[in-house]
Amino acid sequence: MNWRKIRMIAWKDILEVRQNKSVLISMVMVPLIIMVILPAVMLVIVNTTGSADALNDPDIQMMFERIPPSIAQMLGNLNDAQLSVAMILGFLFAPMFLIMPLMLSSSIAAESFAGERERKTLEALLYTAATDTELFIGKALAAFVPAVLVSLISFIVYTVVLNVGGYPLFGYVWFPLDTWYPLVFWVMPAFSALGVGATVLISAKVQTFMGAYQTSGSLVILVLGLVVGQASGLIYLSVWVGLVLGFVVWLAAGVLFFLAIQQFNRKTLLYQSAH
Amino acid sequence: MEKIIEVSRLQHKYGDFQAIQDLSFDVQKGEVFGLLGPNGAGKTTTVRLLNGMFEASGGSISVMGFDPMKSGKKIREQAGVLTETPALYERLTARQNLRFFGVLAGMDDKQIERRSDELLEMFDLSHRADDRAGTFSKGMKQRLALSRAWLTNPRLLFLDEPTSGLDPEAAAQVRELIADVRQKEGTTVLICTHNLDEAQRLCDRLLIMRQGSTLAMGSLSDLRKLVSPGMWLEVQFLIPFEKMDQIRAIAGVLSLDVHSLQEVKIEVESEAAIPQVVSGLVALGALILRLQPQEIPLEQVYLQLQNSNNRSYNGHTGGTK
Repeated sequence: MNWRKIRMIAWKDILEVRQNKSVLISMVMVPLIIMVILPAVMLVIVNTTGSADALNDPDIQMMFERIPPSIAQMLGNLNDAQLSVAMILGFLFAPMFLIMPLMLSSSIAAESFAGERERKTLEALLYTAATDTELFIGKALAAFVPAVLVSLISFIVYTVVLNVGGYPLFGYVWFPLDTWYPLVFWVMPAFSALGVGATVLISAKVQTFMGAYQTSGSLVILVLGLVVGQASGLIYLSVWVGLVLGFVVWLAAGVLFFLAIQQFNRKTLLYQSAH
Repeated sequence: MEKIIEVSRLQHKYGDFQAIQDLSFDVQKGEVFGLLGPNGAGKTTTVRLLNGMFEASGGSISVMGFDPMKSGKKIREQAGVLTETPALYERLTARQNLRFFGVLAGMDDKQIERRSDELLEMFDLSHRADDRAGTFSKGMKQRLALSRAWLTNPRLLFLDEPTSGLDPEAAAQVRELIADVRQKEGTTVLICTHNLDEAQRLCDRLLIMRQGSTLAMGSLSDLRKLVSPGMWLEVQFLIPFEKMDQIRAIAGVLSLDVHSLQEVKIEVESEAAIPQVVSGLVALGALILRLQPQEIPLEQVYLQLQNSNNRSYNGHTGGTK
């Protein structure tokens, strides 16, 4: 395996992605809305009203009532306003954070795999001396690495927003909570890999970047399931749940990658583009 | 002479569809060999098989001494391919495009830089080297795609419809470049085309394909002989010539096509028979105003062969020009 070739394939795809407005907008707007605007609005509301009443929603109340003991212990010494902010931005928002790696990796992978066929550049690429494996790894890394990096940067920005915006309320650096570490360093890369694997498989069936992007976008339902699960008190992203969730997602991503590699060969790709 | 490509009884199926059927040919070193045929004749499939893109259903192939089914990567390292569409990364600059393909071909940075400069100069693209390929005209894109194909100093170059979609001026320019660069670099070239003018201008030998099999093969003069064994002379007389019937009796004359009493086309056995025929005409009292040997254009040869009822001209494998 030649890593210079792999780096070059990834470099070329990233260079192309940087000039695709649809991908670029999702790379900027999704983190901006989820990790900056929404939490900032919430902090402004709480700081302005000075109480948790503004967030006195029955669903949130139900979530408070069902907090597992380990989390209740972690948040035990917080007052009502602090508790509301910690529950919503520290717990309810946690799955929202996972939308990012999924959307980013899917959009870049769609651009890289389906986009290549759509722009009719695939055949010239297949006539090069790069092996099928080098092409696959290069393209997969081009989607995985930026998705992980942008998600990490978003996490840092989120941490800054929460601590700066929450300082009047907390008076100290309260975020990240312990539950976020497995989420950021274990679950988030797994979701990035899942997005890549699913999109490569989908790209084999659709002819355009948009088709692949939109179909793989349906994976967000998985994350929304986590949001609903937390809001209804069914599941809490505690450290252990994070570790187990990460393991399951990595496993699913592994299966998808295995299937994707099987069909990523010159013969199949040429047949797919001919039909 | 060294054979760069040897194909014997090649077969290929796409599902139930027999795309290539019993195809045999060879390409000599330094030759420009043309695969000629209508869309769907199997030209592109043949190029893909020669590059080891997929496995043949039967027969054998040797390209530069390698079996594409086992050593496709080695062939792709030493060959250049111009695909039917330029297939350039339009968001990348001309130089970035060449760099990308150079690295994938295993060239080092200095080699890529030196060779890119050389080719961009040769293909008159130096002034646009750092512009995005998407801003280029069709002709420029095709020139850049040709530079990419030639980047690695390939021993063998595959050109799939090299002037397809270009305006006549750009097509002529591309054809001229192919002829020039091929001469400078001594590359063996296999061209797939349905452009007969292009094939006539560029190719030393041609293989005419129909429905995945060989219809005829040889140099242009070999192919001409398949549809017309002799050579045609267009003769114009100064005054009307009444003895047309007697022309047939002149030694070396095969047939006659009388247009008028002052204009006639005479099929003669060969070039060597021309002086004899001219003497015969003069002896009959003809006053010859103009005499023009006429070569049958490839288009006529091609159409006559394609329209012949499933007749195959296999085995007619004349030598190189």
